[in-house]
Amino acid sequence: MIPLSWYLILTAALFCVGLFGVLSRRNAVAILMSIELMLNAVILNLIVFWRYGQPADISGQVFALIVFAVAASEAAVGLALILSIYRRRSTVAADDINMLKW
Amino acid sequence: MTAMQAIFLLLGLITFLSAVMVVVSPQLIHAGLWLVLTLAGVAGLFVLLEAPFLAVVQVVIYIGAIAILIIFAIMLTRRMLREDGRQYNNLWAGAVTVSLILFAVLTFLVLQEPSLAAGSEPLQAETSVLLQDLGRSMVDVDRFIIPFEVASILLLAALIGAIYVARPMMASEEGDREE
Amino acid sequence: MQLDLIAWLIPLPPIVAFGAIILWAHRNNRLSHGIAIGGVAISWGLAMLLFARAIGIENFGEHPVTSSIRWLPTGQSALEFGVLVDPLSTIGLFFVAWTLLAIFVYSVGYHNFGHKTDPADVKGLPPKAGGIEPMYARFFAFISLFAFGMLVLVLSDNLLLLFIGWEIMGLCSYLLIGFWYGRPSARDAMIKAFMTTRVGDVFMLLGIVYLYSQTGTLSFRQILYNEEVLNTLASSPAVVGGLSAAGLIGLLLFVGTVGKSAQWPLHVWLPDAMEGPTPVSALIHAATMVSAGIFMILRMFPLLTAGWHEGGPLTPTMMVIAGIGAFTALFAATIAVAQKDIKRVLAYSTISQLGYMVAAVGIGAFVAAAFHLVTHAFFKALLFLGSGSVIHGVEHGVHETHEHVDSQDMFNMGGLRHKMPATFWTFLLGGLALSGFPILTAGFWSKDEILADAFAHGHTLVFWVLALAALLTAFYTMRQITLTFLGKPRTQAAGHAHESTWTMTVPLVVLAVFAVGFGWVGIPEAFPGLGGILPNWFHEFVGGVLPEHPAAIAFDPTPLLVSVGVALGGLLLGWLTYRRVRAGAPDPLRRLLGPVYAVLENKYYFDEFYNYAIVRPAYWVAETFTYTFLDRRVIDGFLHAVGRTGLRVGAYLRSRFDLPVVNAFGDWVGESTKATGREVRVIQSGRVQQYLLIGIVFTSLVISYFLLVGA
Repeated sequence: MIPLSWYLILTAALFCVGLFGVLSRRNAVAILMSIELMLNAVILNLIVFWRYGQPADISGQVFALIVFAVAASEAAVGLALILSIYRRRSTVAADDINMLKW
Repeated sequence: MTAMQAIFLLLGLITFLSAVMVVVSPQLIHAGLWLVLTLAGVAGLFVLLEAPFLAVVQVVIYIGAIAILIIFAIMLTRRMLREDGRQYNNLWAGAVTVSLILFAVLTFLVLQEPSLAAGSEPLQAETSVLLQDLGRSMVDVDRFIIPFEVASILLLAALIGAIYVARPMMASEEGDREE
Repeated sequence: MQLDLIAWLIPLPPIVAFGAIILWAHRNNRLSHGIAIGGVAISWGLAMLLFARAIGIENFGEHPVTSSIRWLPTGQSALEFGVLVDPLSTIGLFFVAWTLLAIFVYSVGYHNFGHKTDPADVKGLPPKAGGIEPMYARFFAFISLFAFGMLVLVLSDNLLLLFIGWEIMGLCSYLLIGFWYGRPSARDAMIKAFMTTRVGDVFMLLGIVYLYSQTGTLSFRQILYNEEVLNTLASSPAVVGGLSAAGLIGLLLFVGTVGKSAQWPLHVWLPDAMEGPTPVSALIHAATMVSAGIFMILRMFPLLTAGWHEGGPLTPTMMVIAGIGAFTALFAATIAVAQKDIKRVLAYSTISQLGYMVAAVGIGAFVAAAFHLVTHAFFKALLFLGSGSVIHGVEHGVHETHEHVDSQDMFNMGGLRHKMPATFWTFLLGGLALSGFPILTAGFWSKDEILADAFAHGHTLVFWVLALAALLTAFYTMRQITLTFLGKPRTQAAGHAHESTWTMTVPLVVLAVFAVGFGWVGIPEAFPGLGGILPNWFHEFVGGVLPEHPAAIAFDPTPLLVSVGVALGGLLLGWLTYRRVRAGAPDPLRRLLGPVYAVLENKYYFDEFYNYAIVRPAYWVAETFTYTFLDRRVIDGFLHAVGRTGLRVGAYLRSRFDLPVVNAFGDWVGESTKATGREVRVIQSGRVQQYLLIGIVFTSLVISYFLLVGA
């Protein structure tokens, strides 16, 4: 019997690792991969709660599936954007993409 | 320590450590591969949670499509996307702090709440029944057909958007490049 | 129509005419004179209607017709204005209406209506060569306004409304004396007239105020016909002086008459007023405005004579009035003897005759004074209009012969009776009336009555003074007639004179009829022979106005003989002295009187005296004291000092407070905002990861707040 809290601690850890990556990596693709980590943590969280809450109600899984779709589309568009930015600015370092500053 | 718990600990550890390696690896390819391992670990966790369909979806979509996409993108554009130096930006200290604090807070909150210490109820229905229910719910007019269709449209939009944003520049746009 | 309604309507047509001409009709000369004459004709018609009805009423004096409206509500009571139709106002209306109508019609011809506009004429100067008067319509507007004022005065039932009419006429007199404002002499004369009469008016106003404060009302019926009021006023002492209240009020009111009727010492304006056109002289300064002064003291007779009863000694006020009247009569007559301007003679004659009326009031001869007022209005207006006709004729002669002579100087005239017969005969009748030619003329009856009254009541000094004045009156009148009409023309201009148009001569004839005929309504019953044939209607009618009906005087031959003697004697002397004056010859009196003549000719140097004693000090006070010292140095100096101080304080505040504190504060707000912005905008680095980090930090803070502390 696995306590719910174990799962939650695991997803929290995954999420925080992804957060660290998002905040501190310079390369934009690396940031994207960190975002995928965070999304995975979210999906895992959803399934955990489905299982430990109302497993008869299938809407928990449906929710997770929708999140899958969103994550997929977001990854594709994100990569396309990174390519486009590189073409304009010749860099993928997130630090250097600062046109929206004062 | 039951068998399930042991398996859980193993899978969890693999997943966590792979995630750390994703974030820490200096080479992008390595980070991509570590990502694959992380995603696999998560799939195993899905199996442990008696959601086999999701585990399959995780493997097929996330690993088979997204992670592959990322790896392909890295591999095909290695020259273009070559890093020019440092791996971390100058916020990494703040990032570490925030992450650790967040993790600590979340853990504390989780351990606080007594109801979260319970185990799971055994499933009432068969897995296959659940699966059928999942399938039917997606197309049932009273249930989740609309989110299902909207997600399809979202994917279509993302598809078109990505194609448009990433297409090669026309000759007339060459001059817009900033050197 | 009831009498009071007629009375309300009488003053209206002239004021409507004034408004219509001023606002609308003034461009069309024919329309303007038509409106004016139409207005005054309607008033005349109503006045005649009223007169015809009034003379048929028994005891009209005791039961006059009044009607008033609440004009000014003042708390509990109200100031009421209204009309009073009693014998005095009826008689007043009679002569005012006739003279107004005659003079209005005369003005049409006098101002050369029908002649072409002379392009050489300018507005503000009289026409040079017989063209139509450039300001024709304005003249008719002004005399219409004047007619309104006089009618209001005659019909008013209270002293304040009378005063209003009085002042309106004063204004019109000012405007009309200075009608030809291009002439400096006219401008000076208009101001002199207004100022001098103003002196009188101020005292009159004091009298009115004092009366009001003592009685609480100004209505004639309530004051003059109320035994109690009169007795109270007669017995209570006045505020100043040793007189009774009635005496002081009467004296103050009388000073108004001294100004308005040009009695000594305020007589100086009337001769100068001859600067105005001759109809103005006739209307205002002979027939009506100066008569208003007499009319007022006739109205206030019970008040002026409060404390006196017929046959008793005169009150101090009455003595003053009689004294000034008699003195003025003689004084002015002596000056008239030495004047050579035809209108000046008539002006001084007016002053003298008004002195007669004033003296009559002073000795208590109410009916005689009223009688002389009416007859004088007729024959003096006639004389003035006649002199205007003469002047026009001589001017025509001047224009024809291009001889530059003064067309108003009698020594340039002569022999005009052949050239201007209608003018001559009417002028002669008027002159005889003025002199008091016995039996035939109205002037005889009225003047004789005054002299008889003076003699009968034992006022011998007044009697002899008036008799002497009558002698001089006859003398200078005959002098005037002889020099002007008889003998041979002394200049070519006089030789080429011609008679005036019908609009000028017909009014002369009308007035001549009254100058002769009006006397016959006042023949005393006791007169030998003629008395009793016609009832002394005038005495009965007008005498009824007084609370105690005056008794008819017993006949005494002495005053009659004196009166006839001075009249005929004066006429004869005048004719004898002047019938042989040739062209260029000096006045025979000059040799006879020697240095006295110069004094008379210069009007006893009164104008010079007033100028030295009053006018120049007034100018000094105005220019040197008030203007230069008070106004420029004191007041302006104070203001400049205030201004300078204000500027200095302002500059100080600006430099010490406004700039460093207020401006600096404003600048500081701006600068600090900018500085803060400069400091703070660093956080907007454009780097997504930084934004995300900060967002996460703050979000977690908020969430932890809600988790730990609760919502």
